Amino acid sequence: MSITSNEFSPTRRLVLKGAGIAALIGLGAVPFDVAPALAAANDAYPAEAFKQKSEADAIKALYGKTAEPSDRVKMDAPEIAENGAVVPISVTTTLADVTSISFLVSENPIALVASYRIPAGTLPSVGNRIKMAKTSNVTVLVEAGGKLYSAVKEIKVTVGGCGG
Amino acid sequence: MASSIRVRATSNGDTTEVQALIQHPMDSGFVKDAKGEIIPPHFIQQLTFEHDGKPVFLADWGGGVSKDPYVKFAFKGGKKGDELKISWVDNKGATDSTTAKIQ
Repeated sequence: MSITSNEFSPTRRLVLKGAGIAALIGLGAVPFDVAPALAAANDAYPAEAFKQKSEADAIKALYGKTAEPSDRVKMDAPEIAENGAVVPISVTTTLADVTSISFLVSENPIALVASYRIPAGTLPSVGNRIKMAKTSNVTVLVEAGGKLYSAVKEIKVTVGGCGG
Repeated sequence: MASSIRVRATSNGDTTEVQALIQHPMDSGFVKDAKGEIIPPHFIQQLTFEHDGKPVFLADWGGGVSKDPYVKFAFKGGKKGDELKISWVDNKGATDSTTAKIQ
């Protein structure tokens, strides 16, 4: 089996190479189809924001502006988290034109936990599970119409989720 | 290999609700192992959901997201039988993707 396939391999390789090149050319011919997906991919990972230790610095790096508290940002989170490794938190808002929703835990070694981008047509509501090192304020930021709104809640943690 | 991504997407005719569960250690880089050595950071950085060639949801994650992360969201549109494409990339450059049918 292997002997025969070795015999034919040079031609096979050529054929595969040819196919590869054809595929590349094919891709090049339809860049406009790919553009919307690339636009999302170009929304680069905010690495700087995920390096900041403090909440304020993370918000600055991520949004470059300050948030105002809003009662239209509703956070659904437990009062007490028995296990800091898995704290379920969800957020929903009645604000219009929401473009992003972010979660920050001020007492975590890195404050920013997650940031979600909400394209038009996607509902401004996100649920996820986060880690908390210890009892801390959890801040949710909602960017809507170019402005930043926030809601804060203290969650008590009985067992830390960051190697405590 | 089985996909690391499990997705449930259900349409009620108007909106599609999506729940995803991904198998990933999500090591933050702050946790020590049994020997007292730091477990190096290993976590998903970006997770994208595409419907009909357009992104409907994009997550940027740090190490503070729980192990085997879960996320839930909803978007307008999407019919039963439509495809939803999900992919992630982690801080080590590993990726996975899958396609789920909206139910």
